[in-house]
Formats: sequence, structure tokens, C-alpha cells
Amino acid sequence: MVKIVRKQVLNPSVTLLEVEAPRIAKKAQAGQFIILRLDEKGERIPLTIGDYDREKGTITIMFQKVGLTTQLLGDLNEGDTIQDFVGPLGQPTRPELGENIKRVCVVGGGVGCAIAYPQAKSLHAEGIEVDVIAGFRSKDIVILEEEFKAASDHFYLTTDDGTYGEKGFVTDKLKALIEAGNQYDAVIAIGPVPMMKFVSKTTEPYGIKTLVSLNPIMIDGTGMCGCCRVTVGGKMKFACVDGPDFDGHQVDFDELMNRNSVYREREAQEKERHACRMEQLAHDMIH
Amino acid sequence: MPNMSLTKVPVPEQDAKVRSRNFEEVCLGYTKEQAMEEATRCLNCKNKPCVGGCPVNIHIPEFIAKVAEGDFKAAYEIISDTNALPGVSGRVCPQESQCEKYCVRGIKGEPVAIGRLERFVADWYRENINEMPVKPESNGIRVAVVGSGPASLTCASDLAKQGYQVTMFEAFHTAGGVLVYGIPEFRLPKAIVANEVEKLTAMGVDLETDMVVGKTYTIDEMFEEGYEAVFVGSGAGLPMFMGIDGETLAGVYSANEYLTRINLMKAYLNSYDTPIKKIKRAAIVGGGNVAMDAARCAMRMGAEHVYVVYRRGEEEMPARREEIHHAKEEGIEFLFLNNPVKILGDEKGCVRAMECIKMELGEPDASGRRRPIEVPGSEFELEVDAVIMSLGTSPNPLIRSTTPGLDTNKKGCLIADEETMATTREGVYAGGDAVTGAATVILAMGAGKKAAEAMDKYLKEKHSK
Repeated sequence: MVKIVRKQVLNPSVTLLEVEAPRIAKKAQAGQFIILRLDEKGERIPLTIGDYDREKGTITIMFQKVGLTTQLLGDLNEGDTIQDFVGPLGQPTRPELGENIKRVCVVGGGVGCAIAYPQAKSLHAEGIEVDVIAGFRSKDIVILEEEFKAASDHFYLTTDDGTYGEKGFVTDKLKALIEAGNQYDAVIAIGPVPMMKFVSKTTEPYGIKTLVSLNPIMIDGTGMCGCCRVTVGGKMKFACVDGPDFDGHQVDFDELMNRNSVYREREAQEKERHACRMEQLAHDMIH
Repeated sequence: MPNMSLTKVPVPEQDAKVRSRNFEEVCLGYTKEQAMEEATRCLNCKNKPCVGGCPVNIHIPEFIAKVAEGDFKAAYEIISDTNALPGVSGRVCPQESQCEKYCVRGIKGEPVAIGRLERFVADWYRENINEMPVKPESNGIRVAVVGSGPASLTCASDLAKQGYQVTMFEAFHTAGGVLVYGIPEFRLPKAIVANEVEKLTAMGVDLETDMVVGKTYTIDEMFEEGYEAVFVGSGAGLPMFMGIDGETLAGVYSANEYLTRINLMKAYLNSYDTPIKKIKRAAIVGGGNVAMDAARCAMRMGAEHVYVVYRRGEEEMPARREEIHHAKEEGIEFLFLNNPVKILGDEKGCVRAMECIKMELGEPDASGRRRPIEVPGSEFELEVDAVIMSLGTSPNPLIRSTTPGLDTNKKGCLIADEETMATTREGVYAGGDAVTGAATVILAMGAGKKAAEAMDKYLKEKHSK
């Protein structure tokens, strides 16, 4: 059981919680995730570790209220507890990038920015040049702007509708930056599956190494069920133990999108009127 | 004068039609009278071959004699002297290949129903007495047990009895391992497992759930923090897939996933949040007990047709006869000598059918079973909307990959001494599926027992220096 020590509402649908979890905080690295369960009847859901404080012994998670569990989680307050909180799970991102990395572009989409942020922060802290492109549907859902500025050398913000920052998609901005001669050793893309797919498609012709953080359905998160299996380079991988980061040029994104939709009917029943904004965002980005 | 009936006293069961749609226990267990009657079939023979067939060496004729007398409390005490999980083993042990296999009464007629009697005694005690064990005096020596399945529960129990300060680390939110996530409620009610775990904590065992050893905490850290010996009972939880086309379609599950959703997460109850797909026609691929459990769960979840697709014949099925029999009674359809070739999807990426090929049996292979060979041109489509792969499991690499000095064999199983269960690293012992690969509950319990003895010896020697 873990205690919530801080709650911050980042935008109407994205909430930040900082919880006491000293053992996890001691080991956590950017790219890893936790699994939580609210109470006895709850389901287990994976959330990426947004930040950690080894001295305070806390873990920060940021999540979008998209369904029953995240709605309930968002209703919790400081001092409340979460029954189960397991981690750190998955592989950290950093070793995937290799040693000789000098400049990286981190691309975040919507709530994916909450996961992109710790990546930018830890790479920046290491002295690597970090550009960040953060994309949102519109101004009212922008999150972590100040934090990103502090964790990057260049920060670009886009909105689909042009209500804030530059109008357009993150892929437009990424292409423009590459065409303008910016040399990236790697691109890290985190957001809705279609966004990660199109970022990977954007970088492919330029041969830029692109890591994506996959978000398949998970249950245990320790490799014992294969619910989170994805196809990477034609091989079956379990995202919870082999990932969640994979080479975006090797991932079968369409298959992942399909697998993520298995329980949509049941999920829709559960949350009833709460529209899945993440999916909407993804939809908007393709069309 | 012993009861010389050639057959076991029959045990009441839920009607097959009714039970195939609920998760309540299939076998209802003996009444007092039935148990006492069956107990009188035991000849209390001198050489007690049944005891040798039991991996945890329960004093079988002694406890049965107490049942015959109607002294069930005494019977319970005899069983629990050597067996940490009587309510569990009486239900899930393959007695036909263990204790009952060696019963003298089985030479002519049916053996004594040792499993049913053990179960009766455990249930009677839980329902009528349910005294929690007294915490033994602590010897102050800390030991860690990794995992909380049958091997670990047994090891922890035996060590706690000796006065060790035991901490048990479990990755899931509930203790019990396969007893809670794998074996369904209708074969093993979860309240029974919870009761056994409660007894363990009453003996002073600390249970820490949500601890993924290898991630949250490592074995090196355990030693650094004062644990003097470690038992690894992390099981074999890594599911295998076939590597055929269509295995990532929506509607294809590993049996581990399907059973975890149902048993651990209680997806069969609407008040729980974990969803599960509504299946009309399911194909379960495989022929072990896990395949039987998955098939029978799918039927209980409301499927119209449940097929077990197995590449060999009925004789070669590794599942218990009793479970195959139960599954048949419940309407599960068996397609023997069939093997999946690929899984076909519809335009939405959901399972539409499974293409199978017919097999015939050739010469015996290394396992002694006749090797199945494909019959060319015999492919056909089986219309299903879900496929549950039950092909077996192997040990998870998480612990071995984060513990220096812990050697494994080619299959990823920890190497441990057969007698002492000592691994290649000093102070670290291992047992159960983590060592053998997927096997049975009772073998895991036996290994946990052996390891506890060896750990006790190791620690006593260490402290006498």
C-alpha cells in the first residue's frame, strides 16, 4: 500500500500524483513503469514512471482520465492510499540509445508528454543536447511547458488547431527540423500509437534511430502472461519485460492498435459517458 | 474388520449441466459418515507403500485410522505435521500417480481414497476448529523466501516451525502463486488458499506482496540486509507460444493470461474491474491440466463450443484422467490428433478461425510417447472466435539474470542439488517449477520441504562455528 503525498491537476484530464514508494524510487530509471491496483476489486494498470526522488523515496505518475480506473485514481487526494504499486518494471531507455549520443529529439504527444518529460530531463542532465517537440490537440490541454523548457535545449510546442504554439502536428515540426539540417543521433517518440507510428515513418527515410515507448494492454507486467506481446522486426516480444521501448522502424503498429482495442466495448460500458480523449487525439492526428 | 468393498465410497459432485455454468466447486467432498466409511477400507498395512508415494510423506495410515475413529482433530494434526497445505493437496494432487498408486487395496479393486480423506480432514478442521498455529519461539535468524506458490509456502512453513524469522516475497498482490492465478475456483476455492496463508502469517512469516524480486529487490540486497539464506520458489510462469501466423490477433490468449484474468482478477464476477472477452467458440491448444482448466473456464464464461485441440491422442494427454472426465461431462469437445497451422482473422483483426492439420502417430520420441506426424493435405478450418494457447511454461529469467552465481540449465531452470536443493550459490536454495520446469503442486511442496531441511542444517552449522 502506498500513500499519495502530492496531487497536482495538470489539465482537466491529466493528473499528477506523487506517492511514497522508497524501494521503487531507489531503482527507477527513465523509461520504466509501474503497475498499480486501486483496491481489492480493481484491475492492474501500467503507468510510466514520470519522475522519481531517490532521497524522498517518492515516485511520480501522470495519467489521463480515460476510463474507470484512471477516473477513480484521479479522484484520490493527498493522504489517500493506493493498494498495490509494483515496480520498477520494464527496461530503462538509456542503454537502448548507446554510448555515443550527442543530440536527441524527444517527441511527446498529448499525455505522452508526461512520459517524454522524464526522458528529456535525464538525457539533459547527462549533458546530451535535447530538443523537445510537444504536441497537443489544443491550448487547454497543454501540460509541463515550463518543465520541458528547463529540461531541453530547444523546445517546440505544437497544437493541432493552432490555439497555442505552432499550428500542426509534431511530425510536421520534426520533418521541418530535420530538413533544416538539425542532426539527431536519435528520436524518442512517446504518445498515442498512431503518433508514434507517424514519427517512425517520418524519421525512417533519414535513417535516424527512433525509439518508441509502447503501451499495449498489460496484466502482471512481469512476463508471465504475454498479454502485452508485440511484433518487433517480425519477432514476438513481451513489452513488459523486453520493452516498453522498441525500435520504431521495426514495430508492427497496426497490430498493436488492433490488440489495444480488444476490450473497447467493455471499457466503454464501464466509463459510459467519459469519452476516450486519447483515442480522439490519435484520430485527429491521422486525419 | 476392515471394509472390504472393492470400490471407493463415491464422492458427491455438482451436476455436470449445472456446474458447467458456475465457478463453484465441482467436488463437494465427503460427509463425516462417508469419510469414516471410506477410512475403514484402509488395511493399516505394515510397510505403508502409500507414504513412500507421497512427496511430503504424510503419515497416511495413522491419519486414516483417526478418521475411522471419528477423531478428525487428531487426524488433522497428523497430516499437518508434515504437510503445510492439506486443503490444497487433497484437492489438486494427482493421487493416482502418487500415494494411491501404491495402495495395497489398489491391487484388486480401487485404492483407498486418500486424497478425498485428506481433503475431508482439512475441510472439517477449517470449518469446525480453525485454530491458528502458535508462533514458535524465534531463533532470530532471518531467511527469505522468493515466491509464494506451493514450494515457497511449504518451505516457509517448515522454516517458521523451526523458529526462523521468514519473509516471503511475492510479485503479485495476492499470495499463492499458481494456486491463486492458475487453478480455478471450481477445483480449488481461493478461500482455502487464503486460509493456508493466514496460518503461515500466524506462525510469524512476514508476507511482502508487490515485490518483484529481480526488479524491486534483488537476492544480493537480501543478503546485504541481513537475510542469511534464501529459497527461490519463483515457479515457471513464462508462457510459450507456437510461433504460427495470427498469434497476435485479438482473441488469442496464453492460458496464463486467460486464467489470471479469471482466477486472480476475478473477471468472471461483474463487480471486479478486469475485463475479459466474451467468447462464443473457443479453441484451447494443448493437453495438460492447464488446458483442461482453461477449457472449463471458457465454458463457465458462457461459450457455446469449447474445443480442446491436441496434437496427440487421448492416451497421450498429460492431463489428469479425472479432469478430462470432468471436462467431457461438462460438454468440452476434444479434437485429438489435430495441430494448429495458423490463426485466421477477420477484417477487424479478431480471430475468425483456426486452421488445423490432422496428425497421425509415428514412432515413440524421447518422451516415450508416439510422435505425431502431419497428414499432408488434411488441413481444415475450425470456426472459433478465441484461441487459448496452453503449450506449457518455462521459468522467468528475471531472477537468474539479476543474481550473479546462480546457474541454470539450457531450459533456463535453476540448477539445484536433488537432495538438498542447494543452488550453485552459497546460501541460496531453490525448488519447484523454477528447478524442474512446469510440474505438479505436490512435487513443488516436496522440494520446498527438502530445501527447508537443508537450509536448517546449513544455518545451524553456520551458527555453531
